[in-house]
Amino acid sequence: MAEAKAIDGRSLIRRRAGLRLWLSAGWLGMLCIAALLAPWIAPKDPLAQDLFLGRMPPVWEMGAEPGYWLGTDSLGRDVLSRIIHGARIALMVALIAGTITCVIGATLGLLAGFLRGWVDLVISRLIDIWMAFPPVLFSILLIAVLGPGLWSIIIAIVVIDWTRFARVVRAEAMAQGAMDYVASARVAGRGRFGTMLREILPNVLPTIVVLLTLEMGIAVIVEAILSFVNLSISTDQPTWGGMISEGRASVHQAWWVLVFPLITLFLTVLSFSQLGEGLKDRFDPVLR
Amino acid sequence: MSFLRISNLSVRLKKGPPLLRRVSLQVAAGDVHGLVGESGAGKSMIGKAVLGILPPSVEVTGGEIWLDGVDLLSLPLAERRRRIGATAALIPQDPLTALNPSHRIGPQITDRLVDILGWGRADANSRALELLAEVQIPDPARVLRSYPHELSGGMRQRILIASAFAAEPKLIVADEPTTALDVTVQKQILKLIAGMQARHGTALLFVTHDLGVVSKVCQRLSVLYAGMVVEDTSVADFFAAPRHAYSAALLAATPKYTDPAAGLQPVPDAVIAQVRAEVAAFDRGTRHG
Repeated sequence: MAEAKAIDGRSLIRRRAGLRLWLSAGWLGMLCIAALLAPWIAPKDPLAQDLFLGRMPPVWEMGAEPGYWLGTDSLGRDVLSRIIHGARIALMVALIAGTITCVIGATLGLLAGFLRGWVDLVISRLIDIWMAFPPVLFSILLIAVLGPGLWSIIIAIVVIDWTRFARVVRAEAMAQGAMDYVASARVAGRGRFGTMLREILPNVLPTIVVLLTLEMGIAVIVEAILSFVNLSISTDQPTWGGMISEGRASVHQAWWVLVFPLITLFLTVLSFSQLGEGLKDRFDPVLR
Repeated sequence: MSFLRISNLSVRLKKGPPLLRRVSLQVAAGDVHGLVGESGAGKSMIGKAVLGILPPSVEVTGGEIWLDGVDLLSLPLAERRRRIGATAALIPQDPLTALNPSHRIGPQITDRLVDILGWGRADANSRALELLAEVQIPDPARVLRSYPHELSGGMRQRILIASAFAAEPKLIVADEPTTALDVTVQKQILKLIAGMQARHGTALLFVTHDLGVVSKVCQRLSVLYAGMVVEDTSVADFFAAPRHAYSAALLAATPKYTDPAAGLQPVPDAVIAQVRAEVAAFDRGTRHG
């Protein structure tokens, strides 16, 4: 074993997992737990209004009301509890919309990039046409047609963002398809789909993982944008975007109503993108 | 009886210029046949046509490829794939891209035997160990568990050679197997291929632009220019007295290490003009007839 290692020093290279992977995974893990256990760990009912407790500042400010850690909004609802409950919608949209978008986009991209020919022609033209639509207007239009609701948001994200995966995966699959190992597999008698799944897909996977986590972050933002323009979930369900939109009106009197959901949103989107990069470093066989 | 017989093979870019002009050649079982020519002469294209891996932008417009008594081009696609997989293999040019970076070495050698040729897993594994030992890889068991990026270029090329011989093919196409390697490693790899070829009695179609390599490993060779065979002869005859002016010029262009003062001899313009005229005459001939 010892002398075999000396043959080639390359096998000794090991990359450290890195702080960013742990920090981002930690934040997202915490958020997942908060979302799952929201009814039990949220200190207050996120919908309970109390007009006598409107715009209470966070606990470390003067005149705070004990028990309302991050203050209350203008209707006297607890900001912390609303953020915790808002995580449920945010993460649900991120996971479901991100995954469906990824599966559809990556499959089309892989088919176009590997099979080439008329399949590529059809899918590429479709991508070109799709990308000519302005995404925000397109999503608002879609929600207007579908009606507000969780599934409308998810469908809107999938419909708009699949091209992001399809383009990148297509290019990557094309590059991999030109490699000699693909030719060897074909000579040995592997079929087209066998080659695609066994030889190409594993090499495109690190890219797909990075895109998937990015997409999850984007999904959170899209949900927030749609909430901001009041096209998201019904108003009796707290969402981060909805909180930001409400907080904007009273930002001079109660900055905390706007700032805390904004920070949560920011950290979440950042964590998703960093998680992707961290995972790529960890699991890409060539970088590993 | 020749094991591989290509006759009048014509290949062109789809709706474009011809890449191979009625190429004919024969490789006897267990023989090494060299394909030489400049870049773009169509050397690799012949190998790719035989193995059925021509790029999608290229089409075969005529001719026959007889492999082990069957005309490959007359077979339906699936049957052609099966036959090629069972009788032929490829030693690719660039060892750095010829192994899948996502899989360990072991499965890359054994999966083909197991999935496509129906071997038992244990048999395939012991076969892989045996082959890696034959190509002089130290500690084969460990190498089988490695990923390609953990190994050097020379090691990877040895693995590709072992892998090509794994299913005991009767024909191997070696597509410039030493071009991407260091000069010192080139010689070892060449010796290795020649040794393996002799032991296993495999016919070899050896694509190269190095006449020195041809003189060491081949019995016959075809000289190509612009997709046309200008000379097809035995290696002994070729080095004694090349028949075609272009072959002679190519031979003269080989640097002589024994006489550095001689410098490099480019192929004379007159010879290029002559061979181009032959190609043009050929094209006129095929257009009319």
